[in-house]
Amino acid sequence: MADAALDRESGGGSVRVMDGVIATPELAAPPALRSTHQGSGIRKAVRTLLSDMRRDWQLYVLLAPMIIWFVVFLYTPMYGLQIAFKQYSLFRGIEGSPWVGFDNFVALFSNEYFLRAVKNTLLISLYSLVFAFPIPIILALMFNEIHHQGFRRIAQTITYLPHFISVVIIAGLVVSFLSPTTGIVNIILDRLGFEKIYFLTIPEYFRPIFIGSNIWKEAGFDSIVYLAAIAGINPALYESARMDGASRLQMIRYITLPSLLPVIMIMLIIRVGQLIEVNFEYIILLYQPATFETADVISTFIYRAGLQNNQYALGTAADLFNAVVALVLVVGANWLSRRYSQHSVW
Amino acid sequence: MSARALTSDTSHEPFNLYTRGDRIFGFANTALLLLFVLSTLYPFVYILSASLSSGFAVTSGQVTLWPVDVTLAAYEYVLADQKFWIAYGNTLFYAFFGTLTSLLIMVPGAFALSRARLRGRRIIGFLVAFTMWFHAGLIPFFLNIRDLGLLDARIGIVLAFACNAFSVILLRNYFESVPASFEEAARIDGASDFQLLWKIFIPLAKPAIMTVALLCLVSRWNGYFWAMVLLRSEEKVPLQVYLKRTIVDMRSDDSFASGLMSTEYSFETITAAIMVVSILPIVIVFPYVQKYFNKGITLGGVKE
Repeated sequence: MADAALDRESGGGSVRVMDGVIATPELAAPPALRSTHQGSGIRKAVRTLLSDMRRDWQLYVLLAPMIIWFVVFLYTPMYGLQIAFKQYSLFRGIEGSPWVGFDNFVALFSNEYFLRAVKNTLLISLYSLVFAFPIPIILALMFNEIHHQGFRRIAQTITYLPHFISVVIIAGLVVSFLSPTTGIVNIILDRLGFEKIYFLTIPEYFRPIFIGSNIWKEAGFDSIVYLAAIAGINPALYESARMDGASRLQMIRYITLPSLLPVIMIMLIIRVGQLIEVNFEYIILLYQPATFETADVISTFIYRAGLQNNQYALGTAADLFNAVVALVLVVGANWLSRRYSQHSVW
Repeated sequence: MSARALTSDTSHEPFNLYTRGDRIFGFANTALLLLFVLSTLYPFVYILSASLSSGFAVTSGQVTLWPVDVTLAAYEYVLADQKFWIAYGNTLFYAFFGTLTSLLIMVPGAFALSRARLRGRRIIGFLVAFTMWFHAGLIPFFLNIRDLGLLDARIGIVLAFACNAFSVILLRNYFESVPASFEEAARIDGASDFQLLWKIFIPLAKPAIMTVALLCLVSRWNGYFWAMVLLRSEEKVPLQVYLKRTIVDMRSDDSFASGLMSTEYSFETITAAIMVVSILPIVIVFPYVQKYFNKGITLGGVKE
């Protein structure tokens, strides 16, 4: 589908699309305003297109590297998705490999580890939605109640910082803090008279560790969106509420939160659109065979199947499944957003 | 900082209409936030202290907040490791040329896309945005890089991650917001599209370009996954892959960890020192460039 669309735009290819269109003279609007789908006669269309291209050749020169980049690095892999339906062999290549219909998908959906990965992906996303999503909102409300500008600025800067630290470092921190022998957490547990726990090998602890460290990393930075929305609230609302004797909590409850609701809804919808995407690069650093039971997600499954065990076709089938579900979720979320707020997320 | 902030919270109120309940609320709020800030800060303080402590002090659990038996032994060990310097140099290389390539491709492209007279801009814009919602995935991307002959190639790392739809749209939206009068005036002076971009639009769009450049820089500095997958040779690997190999992979390798045992440094102090050295540039630069990231969020009001 994408390739067809791409074909349409490459070079002077718009002629082909116009082929079947009935000529409607009233649509012969100024060329720049007219969409490429309608035309009034092929020859005239070609002529206006060519003269437009001659006039704007510099723009096309500026655009060309970017188009080539998108075609080579993002659209060519989409063409490669076809090996999900093939028995892929490295030597025969993408086109030379024989078609096998839905065999790879049958293998995929009868693979208990893949099903487990789907379950884990959704569970991690859902738990993140429940536990991590509200934190930036609360944080923004709290920042907003700080009237000492210096403290507020320093506090914000510090909480934004972990967002810019690599997941490798974050994983390193988690590993060293939770280490059974030298980790600070276990040292404290030990001093309080508890048994030491090797957290990273116990499946039950994986999701709380993953989600908790993500909150630590992202909550501050994610609060920026809400702070920007709070900054846009009309101060007159607060002044009149104060005159009426409202307390600070009441003002949060009756002014700030309701004003934030549209932004909260949009962020929620965006998150729902990303339900199938988890930060697998981080999971790869944190999980180990002992915790696969709760930690293995679709992308880490693909990584092991495809990139470590060379099961390219199976991995690609999982990739395609992932991509299609993600697309459906995003389109669905956008539809929701349009219904809810009359404008689309994008 | 903390004590002053706590007391001045209530004294700096714009209105003096606050009741006792409000004051209690303000105090509790400041205290809670302070707690959050301190817990954000603590891991950084801890690894800094651990990196400056003796190996024995860390392994025996004496270090909780401040350094114990201060020594620079861990740093000496790390800075004497040639692999570390190669990796650091590689990261600088990828960060510089990667960001440069990104800007060279995306700024002109986004500018062209922002011009209403460009034929096919709607469909091209859609095809760019479409890659945000649909991506082929790990395996097809990997096989494509391999088919292009870019496995284990520095140029592959620089090129393959040069563009992303978000940045293109951010730049395009910014270019679109430039009033048409600028272009009209330049046209009257006979400027070509190249001159228009170079002399008018790039200077005007500096904040957006800065934002995109910084986003590229940070992702180059922090990215490890594809470098790990695509690069085989040790001498091409960036810092994050080196970090992963030492910090994350070695933890299970007892022979490595115990081989490092000495009273001066240990596996723990060395990993802490590596982490400090690789975070340092970000921590130093961050406060100065923070505003651009905030801007990125607001500029990114991505709309079709």
